[in-house]
Amino acid sequence: MSTIKVPVVEKILSANDRMAAINRKRLNENHVFSINLMASPGAGKTSLILQLIQRLSPGYKIGVIEGDTAPVTIDADKITAQGMPAVQINTGGDCHLDAAMVSDGLDQLPLSQLDLVIIENVGNLICPAAWDLGTHINLLVASVPEGDDKPYKYPNIYRGLSVLVINKVDLLPYVNFDMAYFRRGVELLNPGLITFPVSCHTGEGFAAMIHWLKEQIKSQKSGE
Amino acid sequence: MHELSVTENILSIALEHATQAEAARVTVIHLVIGQLSSIVDDSVQFYWDMVAESTICEGAKLHFSRVAAMFHCEDCASDFNMDSRLSECPYCGGIHTRLIAGDEFYIDSIEIEKKEVGVKQ
Repeated sequence: MSTIKVPVVEKILSANDRMAAINRKRLNENHVFSINLMASPGAGKTSLILQLIQRLSPGYKIGVIEGDTAPVTIDADKITAQGMPAVQINTGGDCHLDAAMVSDGLDQLPLSQLDLVIIENVGNLICPAAWDLGTHINLLVASVPEGDDKPYKYPNIYRGLSVLVINKVDLLPYVNFDMAYFRRGVELLNPGLITFPVSCHTGEGFAAMIHWLKEQIKSQKSGE
Repeated sequence: MHELSVTENILSIALEHATQAEAARVTVIHLVIGQLSSIVDDSVQFYWDMVAESTICEGAKLHFSRVAAMFHCEDCASDFNMDSRLSECPYCGGIHTRLIAGDEFYIDSIEIEKKEVGVKQ
């Protein structure tokens, strides 16, 4: 029997990419701006979402998809307590959300009534970077106590970002975090990246971020 | 990172192309993986033997081609390799760099054995 070579040249995650494109189309049709929110565990993803809800409501309606590896509703409960619709997705131990899981989550949100969808990814700096969810932007929450070397150690996640939030800046006087070294690493991977230093604890730094976010929601509404 | 789901994706793509080509059996799968794609070859191979079982891909060899990470410096227009750690351009010290190779993650080709049609032994 003879062996022949068949050219393939197909991305290994092409099925995910196709589903992500469908999600993006669906979000666009509903004029909803969407964020894939990534971070390591404990960086402040849920705290950031709560801050944004607090500062955008009641003028804006926000839907949240919460990804977790365990069947818990701790995060989703915090969102629904704020009067916003939330869907909890259990990845069954998987280390990241994928576009198919997000599609299921979108099914359960009243998309036509929303201005913004935030997808809280599984706390992890490695795997979520490889899976497009179909959102408009990828946002990473870095936090000061994690250390200033993270861009150097997790370059992939920093390369694919549109926005970086540096959380817990109120702890800068107490921890050994060299902001210049951190930002140099970010600049090497993602020159000119939009960055908002904030503290979800004290509330500092949010004015600029909220201004930017309202602009994004507005241009998505007008279909630009 | 998530080698099981990656391996299942590899199988599904290989089976699709093999079926189209009317393969009786797939013998080799050529994968191109950039240095920055955090995939562990041994883990993929480990899962492969399990997921490919009882399919026409059973026993197929996985061949990994690794692509080194290469950056282009926007300041001085030179290209350089990333060795072990993230750094500025080794020629001019510039930090405006762009990745030009190293994040590949695809199946390049498969090698198959065709069904023998109408041939009498």
